[in-house]
Amino acid sequence: MSTTEQSKDQDIDFNAMPDLKGHFGQFGGRFVSETLIHALDELSEMYESLKNTEGFRKEFDHDMAHYVGRPSPLYFAERWTQKIGGAQLYLKREDLNHTGAHKVNNTIGQALLAKHSGKKRVIAETGAGQHGVATATVAARLGLECVVYMGAEDVKRQALNVYRMKLLGATVVPVESGSKTLKDAMNEAMRDWVTNVDNTFYIIGTVAGPHPYPKLVRDFQSIIGREARSQCLAQTGRLPDALVACVGGGSNAIGLFHPFLSDKNVKMYGVEAGGDGVETGRHAAPLTEGIPGILHGNRTYLMEDENGQIIETHSVSAGLDYPGVGPEHAWLKDIGRVQYAAINDDEAMAGFRSLTRVEGIMPALESSHAIAYAEKLALEMDKDDIIIVNLSGRGDKDILTVAEIDGIKV
Amino acid sequence: MNRITATLARLKSENRKALVTYLVNGDPSPEVTLPAMHAMVENGADIIEVGVPFSDPMAEGPTIQRAHERALVHGISLKGTMALVAQFRQTNQHTPIVLMGYANPVVRMGYAEFAKQAGAAGVDGLLTVDLPPEESADLDKELQAANIHNIFLVAPTTSLARIAHVTANASGFIYYVSLKGVTGAANIDVDSVTEKVDAIRATTNLPVMVGFGIKDGASAKAASHNADGAVVGSVLVSLMAEGDTAAITKRVGECVAEIRDGLDA
Repeated sequence: MSTTEQSKDQDIDFNAMPDLKGHFGQFGGRFVSETLIHALDELSEMYESLKNTEGFRKEFDHDMAHYVGRPSPLYFAERWTQKIGGAQLYLKREDLNHTGAHKVNNTIGQALLAKHSGKKRVIAETGAGQHGVATATVAARLGLECVVYMGAEDVKRQALNVYRMKLLGATVVPVESGSKTLKDAMNEAMRDWVTNVDNTFYIIGTVAGPHPYPKLVRDFQSIIGREARSQCLAQTGRLPDALVACVGGGSNAIGLFHPFLSDKNVKMYGVEAGGDGVETGRHAAPLTEGIPGILHGNRTYLMEDENGQIIETHSVSAGLDYPGVGPEHAWLKDIGRVQYAAINDDEAMAGFRSLTRVEGIMPALESSHAIAYAEKLALEMDKDDIIIVNLSGRGDKDILTVAEIDGIKV
Repeated sequence: MNRITATLARLKSENRKALVTYLVNGDPSPEVTLPAMHAMVENGADIIEVGVPFSDPMAEGPTIQRAHERALVHGISLKGTMALVAQFRQTNQHTPIVLMGYANPVVRMGYAEFAKQAGAAGVDGLLTVDLPPEESADLDKELQAANIHNIFLVAPTTSLARIAHVTANASGFIYYVSLKGVTGAANIDVDSVTEKVDAIRATTNLPVMVGFGIKDGASAKAASHNADGAVVGSVLVSLMAEGDTAAITKRVGECVAEIRDGLDA
């Protein structure tokens, strides 16, 4: 990083972003049909008035400790570190959360908001199904009606999570339009919300969508980075040198990164889904290969054709199979605070196998992208450097996908 | 003068309601759209809204979603829609054309380039579903320079304070979305529409059109009784899916004529 960029970083108050209209520089904002503006205004007002009250904080902290099982460990992966032979590799174990991923941090937070709003019905979009499961879980706990929209393609490749959601009492609606993946699920959830806005709370699962969602999801997920920061200080006596997290919409990455943004010696790497390789065009890496545009309520980097039509994405991991990305990531890329790279399907699969065999920890295919990138990065760093990798979810849900790649029928 | 302004002023002086009809460019195939537009005009449409196909039409119900998908199969996009309008203008100089769609294709073309090409093609208005007034300032400047109206939606959920804000930024006409939902949704509640149209009128002299959920002449007349006109979309689009150009234009023409009669009754 150049000296001028460093001095620029020092001037930025990362906690002051986004602005009142939800802008992170040129990104973010509120690009929705008029019907939803009122609901978004209401949500913003409610969130801003509640978030710093002692009651709300206590309720959130209580649920994080006793329902989710936080703090999640920061685990020194000694054998993995030895095997790779580079920097020291630590895992932030979001896979150990109730429901198996970081997604629940946000759904607990939004469910508290839903409860305060008095709305009795929640909806969600989901890709891999982790956010859908986390939403169905909090809905079951609060006795709320829950409808989850999921691309028909994802319903097929994430059958286990679909069944989990049904067991939890949610209605799973397969979305047959467009590419039948996460973006289409989000379109359909928006259509539901516009129709049922009076009695329905939309629990968005990532740091994208119209303001205030990118902000409030970030705030709820930032518990990951706050814990990791104090755990790293307690365990090693210093801050990490690098953070690595996978980026689809980017909620686990922003959750880890955000509390470190002002620590200018901590480097950060967001890892997108390279699919068959970004050079093939068959990938899901808008920050690596995309262009700024408007989709799903915010301005951000998108994968689109020369006419501004959103194009289909490709990734072995359903949770990263999305043509956009959270607007704060788009901004962090442009100001140079975070580096973004892509890991291909086959590299992610190798990362999955590697961690599973040397640590006995099976990462989600999404998180496996971060694992694979960290293996490369560790070799470029000193042996006493510290890397924290966000292990955003566990791989149980992906076993059928892995088996299929191996040609095995389970 | 902008064709929208001129047309709506004339209708008002004649004490008639405006009929705004919608179709998606390229649906079900590119050769149908131009004859269908002419059929709409011949049967009583005053303004035509041309939907610009988009991969993610978030505000649309199933009927118009499928129309976007059918058009995209033929590679129809914003550039092709400019060409369509230019072609329409070769034989029709008077009927206002509003492009209706989503922000991203316009962003991709560039606001200045869009305004230049749209103005040259003979476009009179733009309605971008996902570009509310708060995010429209940059585009507004370019549209004004090209004498193209920026048309905004007001919804049942729009607060009274916000109505004034929206109408202060609007030009051409105000499009009142008569129900909470996507295009082509269930029947509208005429009483609540009436109340909201009055509230809009209290803030602006711009004409007010009512759309979403209008299915025939009777519902068009009821919904627009204290407004300046009605917008009809899904019911026309539902006639596009099957048959050749002649069959489609005949069906569309008959449907428009029925709604025209209802509005004038």
